Amino acid sequence: MKPTDTRNPEYYHKVVDCQYACPAHTPVPEYIRKIAAEKYTEAYMINWESNVFPGILGRTCDRPCEPACRRGRVEEEPVAICRLKRVAADNKGDVQSLMPQGPFSPNGKKIALIGGGPASLSVARDLAPLGYEIHLFDEQIAGGGMMRSQIPAFRLPEEVLNEEVGYILNLGIHTQFMTYVESLKEVLEKDYDAIFVGTGAPRGRDLPKLPGRKEADAHIHIGIEWLAGVAFEHIDKIGKKVIVLGGGNTAMDCCRTSRRLGGESVKVVVRSPFKDMKASPWEKEDAMHEDIEIFDNHVPLSFEVENGKLTGMKFQRVKAVYDDAGKRKLLPTGEPDVFIEADEVLIAIGQENSFPWIERDLGLKFDEWNMPEVDKVTFQSTHPKVFFGGDAAFGPENVITAVAHGHQAAVSIHLFCQGKDITKRPAPYTKLFSTKMGIHEWSYDSPVTIDQRYLVPQAEKSVTLLDRRKEVELGFDLPTGYKEAQRCLNCDVQTDFTADRCIECDACMDICPTSCITFTTNEEDEDQLRQKLLVPATDKTQDILVSENLKTGRVMVKDEDVCLHCGLCAERCPTSAWDMQQFFYSVTKAENI
Amino acid sequence: MTYLKPLFRHPKLPKNKLGYTLKEYEGTISTLCAGCGHDSISATIVQACFELSIEPHLVAKISGIGCSSKTPAYFLGNSHGFNSVHGRMPSVATGANLANKNMVYFGVSGDGDTASIGMGQFVHVIRKNLNMVYIVMNNGCYGLTKGQDSATADVGSASKSGHINPFQPVDLASLAVELGATFVAQSFSGDKQQLVPLIKAAIQHKGLAFINVMSPCVTFNNNPGSTKSYDYVREHMQATGTLDFVPEREAIKAEYAAGTDTAVSLHDGTVMRLHKLAPEWNPEDRLSAVNAMQQARAKNEILTGLLYINTEFGDLHDILNTSDGAFNTLGEKALCPGEEQLQAINASLR
Repeated sequence: MKPTDTRNPEYYHKVVDCQYACPAHTPVPEYIRKIAAEKYTEAYMINWESNVFPGILGRTCDRPCEPACRRGRVEEEPVAICRLKRVAADNKGDVQSLMPQGPFSPNGKKIALIGGGPASLSVARDLAPLGYEIHLFDEQIAGGGMMRSQIPAFRLPEEVLNEEVGYILNLGIHTQFMTYVESLKEVLEKDYDAIFVGTGAPRGRDLPKLPGRKEADAHIHIGIEWLAGVAFEHIDKIGKKVIVLGGGNTAMDCCRTSRRLGGESVKVVVRSPFKDMKASPWEKEDAMHEDIEIFDNHVPLSFEVENGKLTGMKFQRVKAVYDDAGKRKLLPTGEPDVFIEADEVLIAIGQENSFPWIERDLGLKFDEWNMPEVDKVTFQSTHPKVFFGGDAAFGPENVITAVAHGHQAAVSIHLFCQGKDITKRPAPYTKLFSTKMGIHEWSYDSPVTIDQRYLVPQAEKSVTLLDRRKEVELGFDLPTGYKEAQRCLNCDVQTDFTADRCIECDACMDICPTSCITFTTNEEDEDQLRQKLLVPATDKTQDILVSENLKTGRVMVKDEDVCLHCGLCAERCPTSAWDMQQFFYSVTKAENI
Repeated sequence: MTYLKPLFRHPKLPKNKLGYTLKEYEGTISTLCAGCGHDSISATIVQACFELSIEPHLVAKISGIGCSSKTPAYFLGNSHGFNSVHGRMPSVATGANLANKNMVYFGVSGDGDTASIGMGQFVHVIRKNLNMVYIVMNNGCYGLTKGQDSATADVGSASKSGHINPFQPVDLASLAVELGATFVAQSFSGDKQQLVPLIKAAIQHKGLAFINVMSPCVTFNNNPGSTKSYDYVREHMQATGTLDFVPEREAIKAEYAAGTDTAVSLHDGTVMRLHKLAPEWNPEDRLSAVNAMQQARAKNEILTGLLYINTEFGDLHDILNTSDGAFNTLGEKALCPGEEQLQAINASLR
């Protein structure tokens, strides 16, 4: 194999599993080290620069970083990255003064943002300091989009939401709330230089054909609409017996909110097996902790109505059968149908996009699924002035994805408004520097702790179920936060190898606790080389680092898979052929172009 | 700073017949200089014991004094050890071995510990053919006292300060063959592919198995002009052959040039397969071995690999016709046969 090009920023970026998995590529180990050093404000600002909503995401993020965390490959559980973010947000000092300070001198360009959710707000934050005049339209009473309407207050307190939305709106954004945009054509006719659509996936799926649906309509609600009704205080109670249909995070929010509004017997009923439910494992745990029963493998058959009143629902029992390709089929088990009593039913079986307000004759193409054609890199639609992001672009995802879209759309809009080619994307900003401070001393905590993941404390159920605004999770206290932070393996401190310094003494290979390093003869074929390592490198999602040829004609091959970044290879290296170099990677934002 | 080895290991680390991974054979983290050849030898011993599925508690590591003699702390942490007096490792090993013949004995020594202060002990333990693996970690200098030339430093070899060694070296491998050692090998710390099978063969061999391992002192003797540096040893290494076990591993990794094959049966039935690189050399013939070593010396080559083996000659227990079991299995009655027996022995001596 050819020597690995570690000067390609994506190589080392991929080694930082959490950061690589994060749609916004937040420099996770960097801010975790700041938390351990009690520099909460700095940790917050690293987050804010990258993911815009540290306090919100520290409570509600889907955490794509955690399944990717290297720690999960050497022991049971990944680092509690998400909740550490919250530690930074909860304990930060003054951050306002570290943010861009307006008023910004106008650059003469005007942008319209349609929808006030995380995608639009990210665009606003990136473009406002550049002098854009930004007009934000949203039908709700305040900014935040689905973060306000769909995430219950017991998971995300309103103060946290208001604070972080406020940081952006205070950058001089012209907001027009309570304004439903009815026509894109009308917006286009105004003199905006670019328009960003961040309207989310606002339509909850229904079961219109299920028998009894119409008759029982008064007692059946669409999950996200019902959650919005609760958030905006149009709804403050629910029947004692509640069925929630669906197995995603919205279903979990619906059932837990029901428990707080008078639901005593709340049951989640889902078609799929429990393990296949879309909801995050921790959301399922939290729901069950609140005495909510989950019935899996039940397919809804009908709403049962007596004297015009809903009495419950009938379900068919099924089992999941997987074919060789892993595709799932739900086959009836033949057991008798199940009747579950209910006063009210919440349908949380998914949501979809809806663009009734976009005229189809504007040159903005829609595909066969009625979704706009949007470029995956530039986020531009087929109408050059119109950009999309968040759930509106490619269907329902999550907040952190919306933020990542927003950053990229802002880059595109900025390039577009300057008349530049928007397909030429800016390179990431990177730094690589040695952490060596002495013979056995590094500027990071290299020892690897064996602590297991710490649990985030929760408020008593007897308290939280009485008040839908009472936050359930209390967050890590500082000592626990420190201990959890120390579980981070510092994957951004890279094992940097310089072949021409190596004397092939094998010291690194001998000391490496996880047998990552092998000196061997090279192979043309990567699979063959992977097999020759001390422990064959079978996980092909993880790269191998191949050195230049050494004096004896062999090469050094390092499997990145379970490297602990403990620095022992560099400590045992007599010639500093190994060095522990800290790698910083940041997605370039519009502001830095 | 790190000075602890993390406890995590590769989750897919292979297991041996006992169900152990390498971790069960490791010792504490080394305090030797970074890049020391001795650490590689320690790792090789770990690897060899792992591959042979030796119960760690059935191994004793005995050493003298010096950098080399510190290494037993850095391998086989679950085994027995005795860090003895300078140059006196063979005596302690002899005592231990006589008390319990059912264990694997590693005698770990250095060029100072063996070729200077311990020369007398070295000579006599070979004569007695004690069943042990005698490893010399040979770096040609006294690393622990800042690198003075040792007795194995080659004449004309330059020290780090530029001083030229005026004395003839002690050639430990030749001496061992001369004294009648039954297993003599030479190797290099930087060549695990050769050293692992050699150590495995040495463990299997019944009798004294002597391995002289060139082990560069990265701090005091890795300079240009030294004949024990990584570069010099690599350039001047000449292997007698490659060594492997049947049926432990089927294929020989073909890193060396082709020659002829020879099979040597060890006392426990293991077959050691030698892939010879020098066709005229016969490892079971002392003359041939001495010849090969002298020729290599004349050419300034460091002959590595198995040099000589004799599987016929019995070990110390055979020579003395000792009891079958180890002391700890004999019981009080056998160990202390009583007043009557003592009187009988005394009477026989009068």
